[in-house]
Amino acid sequence: MPIIQAFWAIIRRDLLLAFRRRAEMANPLFFFVLVVTLFPLAVGAQPNLLRAMAPGVIWVSALLAALLSLDSLFRSDFDDGSLEQMLLSPHALSVLVLGKIIAHWLVTGLPLLLVAPLLAVFLGLPEQAMGTLWLTLILATPLLSLIGAIGVALTVGLRRGGMLLSLLVLPLYVPVLIFASGAVDRAASGLPVDAQLNILTAMLLSALVLVPLPTAAALKMSVN
Amino acid sequence: MSWIPAPVSRFFHRTSSPPHFYALADRFIPWLTVIFLLLLGAGLYGGLYLAPTDYQQGDSYRIIYIHVPAAWMSLFIYVMMAVMGGIALIWRMKLAEVMLISSAPIGAGFTFVALVTGSLWGKPMWGTWWVWDARLTSELILLFLYLGVISLYGAIEEKRAAARAVSILALVGVVNIPIIHYSVQWWNTLHQGPTVSKMDKPSIHVSMLVPLLLMAVAFKFYYLIAVLQAAKLELLKRETSSQWVKALLEKQA
Repeated sequence: MPIIQAFWAIIRRDLLLAFRRRAEMANPLFFFVLVVTLFPLAVGAQPNLLRAMAPGVIWVSALLAALLSLDSLFRSDFDDGSLEQMLLSPHALSVLVLGKIIAHWLVTGLPLLLVAPLLAVFLGLPEQAMGTLWLTLILATPLLSLIGAIGVALTVGLRRGGMLLSLLVLPLYVPVLIFASGAVDRAASGLPVDAQLNILTAMLLSALVLVPLPTAAALKMSVN
Repeated sequence: MSWIPAPVSRFFHRTSSPPHFYALADRFIPWLTVIFLLLLGAGLYGGLYLAPTDYQQGDSYRIIYIHVPAAWMSLFIYVMMAVMGGIALIWRMKLAEVMLISSAPIGAGFTFVALVTGSLWGKPMWGTWWVWDARLTSELILLFLYLGVISLYGAIEEKRAAARAVSILALVGVVNIPIIHYSVQWWNTLHQGPTVSKMDKPSIHVSMLVPLLLMAVAFKFYYLIAVLQAAKLELLKRETSSQWVKALLEKQA
């Protein structure tokens, strides 16, 4: 089987597995909405305050939702031994890993786009920022899955890796958070956002190339 | 590896054998300590006594003789850890793993010292203990990166595997440090600009600069001493059952 076929096979398999467990797919979405709902309750419902905080609140919640969904990336494959089969396969592990990350993003990252307009309405985000919010979500949620994959690969062999995973991954999420919420913030006040979007695109492209390598190395370490 | 001269590679192979390294570290540590104490004395005397008072900041600027070298060390040690991580991953050199993991707590300590001294200086100068300024924030994130390395090493029980995990993490971290630094810098900045690294004409008087550089070198020597001691301990822990540790214990007993 040529490598490109193996790559598609991994994506197809992971998507199929995810659709068999539809209930789990909705969890990151509910979590995302729930965290955003907590903010007005905690800081008060003044529309001006909420509007000013909206980009940050939405992005911090998206970050936490991505973080929580990360564990499912390699966990079940590690538990049932399919990960070892992938290691044994003749194909480069980094390519297979990239396939798994893409499938994971399609299942957990992409749906966040669906609820983003709802949350924008909740927090009174100006309509002109909606397009930018979508664009940043499209560009930056795959980045979250990619960067997170390194952390998951390092901790998948541990029984209680949850807290450790957030300690490893959250500092690396800082640039994504800064540029994504910065872009939405600027769009809300009608300023140009090209610079932020360009940087997010650059980070996404370099992460697509670079991330699979340490992830594959870390998985080899975790399985042994 | 024909492009490495034979004496150099022989030196590396010898040094990377644990008993040889242990003996070498034992021999070097007293000398390093002497040099460190001399540099520290000279630096502190120059910085706290000889250097003139700053016309704007008064005497409180003198905290830079601790703060700035500690901040330099915090970055330097992380880069060293990444280099050790690369060596450990490529050549599977046990000693590089040991040095990497021994460096992490020292680096975290320097980062913490830089943060605390900066905050002590910020109170009289900026009127607040903490501001969300670019350098402070990236230093804080650096501290989290160090803590991540330390706790990842602690969490994995098999120590060879833990060292590989930590090597990968250190390499990923070192790629991210510039990205984090510049993204935070774009985001917000209040910290005063660099005063020493402007090579053509530093905006700091030479009587203040010399003690600062002395302190910086002294801190480097302190790091060497500390990392050698920590590496010795780590080697003993890892190789409890090996022949040379037993021989060492018998000799000491």
